[in-house]
Amino acid sequence: MLARISRRLAGLLATLFAASFVIFAAVYAAPGDPAVFLAGGRDKLTPERLASVRAQYHLDEPLVVQYGRWLWDCVHLDLGRSFQYSDQVGDLVSARLPTTLQLVAYATVLFVVLGVGAGILAAVRRSTWVDSAVVGGTTLAASVPSFVAAIALVSLFGVQLGWFPVTGSGTGIAGTLHHLTLPALSLALGALAIISRVTRQAMADAAASDHVEAARASGVPERDIIRRHVLRNALGPIVTMCGLVMAGMLAGTVVVETAFGLSGIGSLLVGSINAHDFPVAQAVLLLMVTGYVVVTTAVDLVHPLLDPRVKEVRPA
Amino acid sequence: MTTLALRPVATGRKGHRRPLGVLIAAAVLALVVLAAALAPLIAPYAPDAIDLSASLAGTSADHLLGTDSSGQDLLSRVLHGARTSLIAPLLLLAVAAVLGVALGVLSAWHGGWIDALVSRITDVMYAFPGLLFTVLIIAVFGTGTTTSVLALGLAFTPTVARYTRSLALSEVRKPYVDAYRVQGMGGTRICALHLVPNLGRSVLGYLVVLFGEAVMSLATLSYLGFGAQPPSSDWGLMVQEGQSAVVQGALLPALVPGTAIALVVVSVNVAGVWAADRLGSQD
Repeated sequence: MLARISRRLAGLLATLFAASFVIFAAVYAAPGDPAVFLAGGRDKLTPERLASVRAQYHLDEPLVVQYGRWLWDCVHLDLGRSFQYSDQVGDLVSARLPTTLQLVAYATVLFVVLGVGAGILAAVRRSTWVDSAVVGGTTLAASVPSFVAAIALVSLFGVQLGWFPVTGSGTGIAGTLHHLTLPALSLALGALAIISRVTRQAMADAAASDHVEAARASGVPERDIIRRHVLRNALGPIVTMCGLVMAGMLAGTVVVETAFGLSGIGSLLVGSINAHDFPVAQAVLLLMVTGYVVVTTAVDLVHPLLDPRVKEVRPA
Repeated sequence: MTTLALRPVATGRKGHRRPLGVLIAAAVLALVVLAAALAPLIAPYAPDAIDLSASLAGTSADHLLGTDSSGQDLLSRVLHGARTSLIAPLLLLAVAAVLGVALGVLSAWHGGWIDALVSRITDVMYAFPGLLFTVLIIAVFGTGTTTSVLALGLAFTPTVARYTRSLALSEVRKPYVDAYRVQGMGGTRICALHLVPNLGRSVLGYLVVLFGEAVMSLATLSYLGFGAQPPSSDWGLMVQEGQSAVVQGALLPALVPGTAIALVVVSVNVAGVWAADRLGSQD
C-alpha cells in the first residue's frame, strides 16, 4: 500500500515538473523576443517594463536556472505582475478563484445527483423505455457544447421565464446559488452521459454476482438488494469516474464563465489571452493543470479504500 | 421498485442499433453538406450584407431565420458558416491522423526508448485537461483559424497515436511483416506500404468517432474568440456575436447557429458510431 502511494506521488511530481516546464518554456516557442512577449507585445512597451520583465524572469540566465527560479517563485505564490491589469498575478488569481471553485462544486453536486440518479434508474429499469430515455437523453446532452447549452438555458430560464439572473455571481449564499445555478447546470450537462453510463454498467455488473442472487433467493426486499448489495459494490467505478469528471471541469469553467460573464479564473484565462497578457495565462494554466493532476491522483489513491479488491491489482 | 432482474449490459453494440436514428442523422448530415456546397446559390443574401434598418428582425418572409444586430440575414450566414464549420474539423483530424499514425506506428515498430519517449510525451499532454493544451498553444502563437486547427490537431494527436499503437502492436507480429523483411524490404517501406494501409480501416473508423468532438472543440474555440475572426460566419463565432442580443430578448442570433452546431454534433455522433462499427467489423 505504502509502495503504491509513494509510486503514485512520484508520478504526480514528475508529471507536474514536466507540465510546468512546458508551460514555462512555451515563452521561448513564441515568435520574437521572450521579454517582449511576456511584457504583452510591442504596442505598449516601455524600457521600464522590459527591465522589470527581465528581472522577474531572470532572462539573462540559462534556461534551466530560469525555470527553477520561476517554479520557486510560483510555489511561493509569487506569480509575477500582470501588465494588463497592473496588479500582482497572484492577487488577480486568488480574487477570482472562489467563484471558480464554487462553480465546480455546484456543478459536481448537480452531475453526481442527476447523473448517478439517472444511471441507477436506467439500471433498475433496464431494457424499458426509461432506460432508453436516460441513455438517449444524456447522450444528446453530451453532444451539445457547453456554450450552446449555456445560451439555451439563459434564453429559456433567464430571459423568457425570468427565473434566474443572466450574468454575475451574486452575493451571500442564496444569491450565489441563485446566480450559479444556470452556469453549474451548463457545466454539468455534458458529464451526465458518462456518469450515468458508468453507474448503469457498474450496477449491472454488481447485480450479476452470486451474492445478489443469493440475497434475492432468500427473500431480501428488492430495495435493500439494490441499495446494500448492488449499489455498494458498484461504488468504486462510480466514485472514480465522478472524481475524474470533476477534475476535468476545471477546464470546462473556461467556457462557462465566459458565457455567463462570471469573474473566475477561467474567464481570466480567456481575457488574458485576448489581451496578450501571458504571465496571467501561465499562472492560470499552471493552477488548472496542478489541480487536475492532483485530483486525478487523489481519486486513484482513494479507489482501493472503497473497493479493497483493487489493492491486489498493480497499476500498469 | 420493480423486481426486475439486473443482468450485465451486453458489450457489443449490435443489439442496440437504431437504424431509424442513424437514417435521420445521415439525412441531416447530407443536408448540411449540401447546404455548405450550395451556400452561394441558395442563400438569399450575402453572408456579410449589412442592413442596419433590419437589425434584430424576427422571422419573416424576407428573413426566414431573422437577422442579427447588424441586420445580417441569419439563414445566409448559417448556410455559409457550414463551410468553415465542417472543413476546419476535417483539416484538424487530417493533422492528427498524420502525426498520430506516424507516432503510433513508430512506437509499436521500434519499441524500447522511442516507445517510452512517445508515451511520456503523451502523458504530459494528457496532464492538460480539456482544451487547455490547445489554449496554451494559442496563447503563444496567437488567435486565428489556422492556429486553432493546427493546435487542436496537435492536441488530438496523442489519442490517435495511442489507438494506432495498440493496433500496430499486434499487426507487427503478423507473419507477413517478417515475410517482407526476409525479402529484404526496409522497415520504413513495410510500414508505409503494408502496415499503415492494413490499419487504415480501423483508424478511419476511430477518426469518424472523433469528428463530433472536433466540430465541438473548434466551435468552442471560435466562441471564445480564439478561432475564426470577424467577419467570418463560423457558427461558434456567430453564437458569440449573437449573445449580447439574448439579454435584449432577441434569441435567434445566438440560438440559430447554436442549434446548427448541436444538430451537426448529434448527427455525427449517432451516424459516426454506426459507421465506425461497420468499418471495424469488416476487418
